[in-house]
Amino acid sequence: MVGSRSSSAAWLKYVVLAVTLFLFIVPFILLLLNSFKANQDITANPLSLPGRLDLANYTNAFDKMNYIAAFTNSLIVTVASVLIIALCAAMTAHYFVRNNTKFNQYTFLLMVASMIIPFQAIMIPLVKVYGSLGMLNSKLSLIYMYLGFGSSLAVFIYHGFVKSVPAELEEAALIDGCTRRQTFFRIVFPVLAPTTATISILNVLWVWNDFLLPSLILTGPAQRTLPLSTYNFYGTYSVDYGPLMAGLVLTILPVIVVYLFAQKYIIRGVMQGSIK
Amino acid sequence: MIKEKGWNRLLTRLLFTGPTLFAFVTVMIVPFLYGIYLTFTNWDGISTTQSYVGFQNYGEVFRDAVFWKSFGLTLQYVFFSVVLINAVAFALAYVLTKGLKGQSIFRAGFFLPNLVGGIVLGFIWQFIFSNVLVYFGQQAGIPIFSASWLADPDKAFWSLVIVTVWQYAGYMMVIYVAGLMGVPNDILEAASIDGANGWTKLRRMVLPLMVPSFIVCIFLSLQRTFMVYDVNLALTKGGPFKSTEMVSMHVYGKAFLSRDYGVGQAEALVLFVLVAAITLIQVYFSKKLEVEA
Repeated sequence: MVGSRSSSAAWLKYVVLAVTLFLFIVPFILLLLNSFKANQDITANPLSLPGRLDLANYTNAFDKMNYIAAFTNSLIVTVASVLIIALCAAMTAHYFVRNNTKFNQYTFLLMVASMIIPFQAIMIPLVKVYGSLGMLNSKLSLIYMYLGFGSSLAVFIYHGFVKSVPAELEEAALIDGCTRRQTFFRIVFPVLAPTTATISILNVLWVWNDFLLPSLILTGPAQRTLPLSTYNFYGTYSVDYGPLMAGLVLTILPVIVVYLFAQKYIIRGVMQGSIK
Repeated sequence: MIKEKGWNRLLTRLLFTGPTLFAFVTVMIVPFLYGIYLTFTNWDGISTTQSYVGFQNYGEVFRDAVFWKSFGLTLQYVFFSVVLINAVAFALAYVLTKGLKGQSIFRAGFFLPNLVGGIVLGFIWQFIFSNVLVYFGQQAGIPIFSASWLADPDKAFWSLVIVTVWQYAGYMMVIYVAGLMGVPNDILEAASIDGANGWTKLRRMVLPLMVPSFIVCIFLSLQRTFMVYDVNLALTKGGPFKSTEMVSMHVYGKAFLSRDYGVGQAEALVLFVLVAAITLIQVYFSKKLEVEA
């Protein structure tokens, strides 16, 4: 009896979970279904299945969003920011741990404390300062700002892990005639690879999807990243649902593709990023 | 550590800490301090000069009824969102660490909204609330869905809460899963042998051991919901009639649309101080609840 009761309880659990999961992802399913339908079909019945795989909405959205340009901008900004943050933060964290002076300790504390400052408290002066320097509307400025905003958390996470790398390992390399730089690049940075993966995953999710900062910095249409171009597209064509749905699918697609392959690492990255 | 000398030492220092610290100081610290200065001026966003106005902007902040209304609204929104996010996330994590078959697929599914930016999520739900649910309500004769939720001030508020919970529950779930996997199995088994049932074990053992995860998740959800902007903008744009204009959107509008930069920045700083106080108090008090296994 006990066995059958627990197995029906397990079934119930599955059903409840499956229904919850369905409710969680049904917005994406509806989005996908409607992205193939013509505008009048969507407004007539948003729950109906598309009659056929009509890609007209997609070609329409693809052109009007300047998809290739926006995707390229997003890719450049994300890849460059993530790599630069990882490299610079790892070096700084390593230097802080191995040269534990008062100055370095206070600098580290300042970086950690600064994480409580929300972006909204900085955005107005940021735009004024960089606007007066003529540094707006450039991807390079944006990447530089991501280094500034992202370095605190990255240094903080690296700091915890560098401490677990035995100093003897580096001392041995130094005695063998390696310079500090060689020791870092040949020994420390490779050892830190799992941490680099964690930090990079967190940063990719942040930078790729960020809206407010790029919307303030990248003022011209040619520089727009995917979220900016989606927002703009939605504002301009807000009556024609078909292409809008297709545009949203196109924006989501790259992350979903990456997620299918790297799902395990992304979830693990979020877990490890939170433990510190 | 072997010490380097002179030039070489300085060079190493510059190479290792220079880029990070320069960017950190010029992007975070300088604008932050300059922002404090800006609150004492009347800069309008265009002119190259501004004059000193003392505490006038702060007086303006306290008289700005719309700001405080928006702040009160944000407090309500943060309260309901944080409670619901963490309740849903913990429940999901609790069920999904029981060794069910396919639990990693479930986890991956619940995490999905976190891959997508707030702007896109907001637009998707705008479509759901103003088209899909309305159609569904009219066809199935459910009056609560028959008119768009986004057109009604109360329901628009709850739409924003629902989308926020949906957005972050999966992320917090992952953090709770990590915490639950760290709860030692042997003490739970020992409790079972002593006759503790599932509920007692959850309340007396799992929850106290999970305090560190709760601290992290509540901290993260507080920070993110207080600063909500993307979803707010894409889902309701603050409407109808500013009934869902959260404080971050208000600050943005004050500065960049009304060109009242001094007041906008003063409001941003007031917001920062309040949010910092709330999150630090939360961490301080919940640290006292921590126990060791």
